[in-house]
Amino acid sequence: MRIVAPLVEPAIAVSCRGITRDFGDGDTRIRVLHGIDLDIPLGEITLLVGPSGCGKTTLISIVCGLLEPTGGDITLFGESHQSLRGTRLVQFRGKNIGFVFQQYNLLPALTAAENAALPLIIAGMPRRQAVSKARETLETVGLGNRADSKPSQLSGGQQQRVAIARALVHEPRLLVCDEPTAALDAQSGQTVMELLRRVAVHPDRAVLVVTHDNRVFEYGDRIVSMTDGRIEKIETRAQRIAVRSEPAAEPIANELLSVNRVFGSVDHVA
Amino acid sequence: MNWVAWKMLTGDRTKYLGIVFGVAFGSVLIAHQTSIFVSLMRRTVSQIIDVADADVWVMNENVQSVDELRPLPDTEVSVVRGVPGVAWAVGLYKGMVTARQPNGLHRQLILMGLDDSSLVGAPREMLYGSLADLRQPDAVIIDKAGYSYLFPNQPYQLGRTLEMNDRRAVIVGICKASPPFQTFPILFARYNVARQYAPRDRNFLSFVLVKMMPGTEPAKLCQQIQQRSGRVALTTSQFAWMTVWYYIKSTGIPINFGITVALGFIVGTAIAGQTFYLFTIENLKQFGNLKAMGVTNLRIIQMILLQAVVVGVLGYSIGIGMSAMFFEVTKDVTHLAGFQTPWQVALMTAVAVGFIVVLSSVLSIRKVLVLEPAVVFR
Repeated sequence: MRIVAPLVEPAIAVSCRGITRDFGDGDTRIRVLHGIDLDIPLGEITLLVGPSGCGKTTLISIVCGLLEPTGGDITLFGESHQSLRGTRLVQFRGKNIGFVFQQYNLLPALTAAENAALPLIIAGMPRRQAVSKARETLETVGLGNRADSKPSQLSGGQQQRVAIARALVHEPRLLVCDEPTAALDAQSGQTVMELLRRVAVHPDRAVLVVTHDNRVFEYGDRIVSMTDGRIEKIETRAQRIAVRSEPAAEPIANELLSVNRVFGSVDHVA
Repeated sequence: MNWVAWKMLTGDRTKYLGIVFGVAFGSVLIAHQTSIFVSLMRRTVSQIIDVADADVWVMNENVQSVDELRPLPDTEVSVVRGVPGVAWAVGLYKGMVTARQPNGLHRQLILMGLDDSSLVGAPREMLYGSLADLRQPDAVIIDKAGYSYLFPNQPYQLGRTLEMNDRRAVIVGICKASPPFQTFPILFARYNVARQYAPRDRNFLSFVLVKMMPGTEPAKLCQQIQQRSGRVALTTSQFAWMTVWYYIKSTGIPINFGITVALGFIVGTAIAGQTFYLFTIENLKQFGNLKAMGVTNLRIIQMILLQAVVVGVLGYSIGIGMSAMFFEVTKDVTHLAGFQTPWQVALMTAVAVGFIVVLSSVLSIRKVLVLEPAVVFR
């Protein structure tokens, strides 16, 4: 028996069209991204996977407005990158995007609460108020009792949870995580991903996770596979389940994937 | 964000103290060496400055400094007294003499011959004895440093004798005098007594010291004295600068000290600048992180400049304090007596440290500004 869900168009947070990116000049010029078309929907965790050097980091840098694309256009929450330049882009990024980095990137001089409060302080909230709110966020990631610890006093997993609190404290609409489990052991990695699913997924927020850690694939609602600067395939959770549980469903799933390649997104498959 | 900048700076105590120490070391090098140079140059004019009563110094036209003298005839005093605008004019002798100590050793001394009646040019602070005792026969007053030089490790005692030009001199007082450039003892005697101690020469008078009448224009008076006497007349300030420039031009001191000061500046710049520059470069990823999170370049520049100002002010304060403390502690050491850090040197050091810190900030800011925030993903 196969059940195909109606092709409901999910709300899109980020839309990339024809994104290219070159590095170098003249003879040394190389193209890292080859016309990427991708939609990142709200309310889901999208995993961006692929081997090292395939362009994942370049793509998320462009999505976040940290790097200029050579060609193509990106729309974030209805705003085109091209209309956001200079200080406006920086402010837009500060307000709408939260970051979780592979190496946590916590300021070593600040406590966990102060680190988590940074996006609010950057946005202009008074320090005490910001730190107070950051303490509440640390409670949600299970670190309320370590709010006054410095990063050097925390384990890798705890530091990554502080980074998640920092990424979420200002309630961004896009959460970008770059290899959040790469520096962690299996148990801590699982904890971090479970935490992300529990606290980060929200109907008004898109979560984009770059990873090549196949242990965390099960947490993705949608897996975007990249190879050599191109999107190889996009697979939804439903498609994966369908493919795994019913061999007969495979042709349908593949059919959906071919549609996916054309339109850059896959609808739910139940 | 100023608070974040402060935390980033002071978070690692060792690194923070290292940066402040680097700037402090640079400051102390610059301030200390410049102070020694300036104090040494000040010593060349100590005998001019000590004669506080005189407004104008009249001297032979061939005089190049207070230590390179050509004597005048005694009659010049009368000539100068006749110039309108002169309140009073007296003679002053300054020369080098050789004294024989009771133990048979010979020492070179600076002999100052003061006007017999007014004692203009006399030391201003007596430590032992009285200035009036100078009116006794063969009486001389010696400066404290000179006494220690002639009678090392001996208690201060009046009545000791010296022999100069086969004449006996009795020490009737010990005074405080600004140390001279050449570390010779200074003896004060009346003009006519000094004449007996000095080698015989056709002329004896070194200077005519002039006090101006109130309301007289110094430059105009000097011009009138020169016209009337044919001698050179300079204000105290002009004469002091002429002497300083003589030493700068005709000795190796400024070159040697200039090299030391320049080395102090370069080493100070290298240490302070490099330390702060490296600190910012080490924090590059943190700044990139802040940029990714929405901190503008302008804010980051403010943060770096705040860190620079804190480091600069603290380092400078410690450095200038150490320099001043050195001279305070050594003020009783004869060879360093009178050495100090003048406010001009303190100001110059502040400017230099400011320049160093701003330069290193600008260099590091450049790195931060061109930094792609995407570095956070690497």
